[in-house]
Amino acid sequence: MSAVASMQSPTSSPEPTQKSTPIIIDGLRKSFGPNVILTDVTLSVTAGSAVALVGSNGSGKSTLLRCLVRLIEPDSGSISLLGDDVLSLNRAALKRLRSRVGFVFQKHNLVPRLSALTNVLHGAQGKVPSPRVWFQGLAPQHLRERALACLNEVGLADFASRPVDRLSGGQSQRVAIARALMQEPEIILADEPVASLDPEAGEQIMELLARLARDNGISLIFSTHHLEHAIEYSERVIGLRKGVLELDKPNTELTTSDLRSFYEPSRVSNESE
Amino acid sequence: MNQAVLATNPSNLPSRFERPGILSLFLTLITVWFVAYSFQGAGISLSELATGFPEMISLLSQMLPPDTSRLPRIGWSLLETFQMALVGTVIGIIVSFPLAALASRATSPHPVVYQLARAIVSLFRTVPDLVWALFFVATVGLGPFAGTLTLAVDTIGFCGRFFAEGMEEVEKGPREALTALGASRTGIFFSFIVPASLPSFITSSLFSLEKAVRSSVVLGLVGAGGIGIELKVAMDMFRYSEAAMIILCIFALVILVERVSSRARKKLLE
Ligand SMILES: Nc1ncnc2c1ncn2[C@@H]1O[C@H](COP(=O)(O)OP(=O)(O)O)[C@@H](O)[C@H]1O
Ligand SMILES: [Mg+2]
Repeated sequence: MSAVASMQSPTSSPEPTQKSTPIIIDGLRKSFGPNVILTDVTLSVTAGSAVALVGSNGSGKSTLLRCLVRLIEPDSGSISLLGDDVLSLNRAALKRLRSRVGFVFQKHNLVPRLSALTNVLHGAQGKVPSPRVWFQGLAPQHLRERALACLNEVGLADFASRPVDRLSGGQSQRVAIARALMQEPEIILADEPVASLDPEAGEQIMELLARLARDNGISLIFSTHHLEHAIEYSERVIGLRKGVLELDKPNTELTTSDLRSFYEPSRVSNESE
Repeated sequence: MNQAVLATNPSNLPSRFERPGILSLFLTLITVWFVAYSFQGAGISLSELATGFPEMISLLSQMLPPDTSRLPRIGWSLLETFQMALVGTVIGIIVSFPLAALASRATSPHPVVYQLARAIVSLFRTVPDLVWALFFVATVGLGPFAGTLTLAVDTIGFCGRFFAEGMEEVEKGPREALTALGASRTGIFFSFIVPASLPSFITSSLFSLEKAVRSSVVLGLVGAGGIGIELKVAMDMFRYSEAAMIILCIFALVILVERVSSRARKKLLE
């Protein structure tokens, strides 16, 4: 099984790539000191598709996703996101790009004490650089209404004024998703979005995230250890092992047991050698 | 289960007490010696305590009953003391806020600014308030303004440090999330750092007010306004029953402020 990531050279067809291939990663490398975390990761994702990213703990999933929007600075390689050459952007341009990419974390990362509505409104900060989006009380009416609509999308319109520390884990993650929707993103990167939720809430959140991405034509990459989720909610599964992209297959060609064996280091390396 | 217990080798148990190293033994001995030596330096004297004791009793008996005739005057003076404390604290908090943002690793724009801001805050904190009071009396003159400035500086030393620590202690997840969605540093500061560290701001501010009320009482001793001067005059002129009244009033004020402050803290933090 030599499942090398399907390569779509960014230079081969520069015209249509922007629209049809919003994510193009080429030869991405990252080390922390002596530890090489990502080795030559090359990957492209077509518009509107959902990609699952699997791999054992420490294989580099979070590092990869963070490198895409430079929450971590990669060492070398190239990243093209929505037509921008990410690694050469200046601060202002990077902010503009980030405002078009939603990022959902394992932890909801909401601002404590503030209401759900204000937290969702924060999603507009990248696109509306005004103090008025810091607190819902100051915000223009149309943004308040849009934030409420985003909350409604995740089924929490009734909780708009509730401080987020008084929400359950699943509800908090919904608010985080609503915050990402507020960005009107073209891409969503989700780093183990359901890993800290109970199975039922996890299922619901994954369902919600995949549906919203599909309905809005958002390209989605989500990392997960739920192999059923990886297959059910993606069209394509990619796998990292020790920072190397060693798996890349359409979900239709995979079963959970295939994926489980990907997690076992000895067996798969025997197969691939 | 039993077998597993037997299988572990008892010699793997750590000993009950760590054997002290030669250095820590030496340091301990030095410390003990210095404490003993300090008793001598502190002028501890049982005979003086014995002779002083009847004096204390007689002074206390002269204080009773407290003299209520000067109560209105004491009341006004107490109000001035509290106003000094309040205004000093408010000014201090207002200045502390931006200073703390510069002195907090989480928000400071540059390491040099960070070190500088921290240096200012520690200078304000480590120089005792009576020294500041002497400085301000010498520069702006006798009266409550000198006291107010002293309390403001004191508050900056205290709140500057604890506001900064409050800002450093916020979790880092929301900051990363806001960075990821394109928020600016200013946006992150006001929409996350400030609301997230609000509880620590409130706690430090109220505590600082309590502290200011307590220190405002003694500032009068060096002429920096407030009720301290009344107390000193009463004592110097042997009007002990009036002094007793003043002490009772101070006591009442401090207790009242502490009560109100802890109520307010509960209310604001719930
Ligand atoms: N900031 C960092 N500094 C040093 N090492 C890091 C840092 N972030 C991640 N790592 C290391 O990189 C490796 C990959 O981590 P990560 O990308 O979080 O893996 P995953 O998300 O797949 O579990 C781990 O060995 C981790 O210890
Ligand atoms: Mg991870």
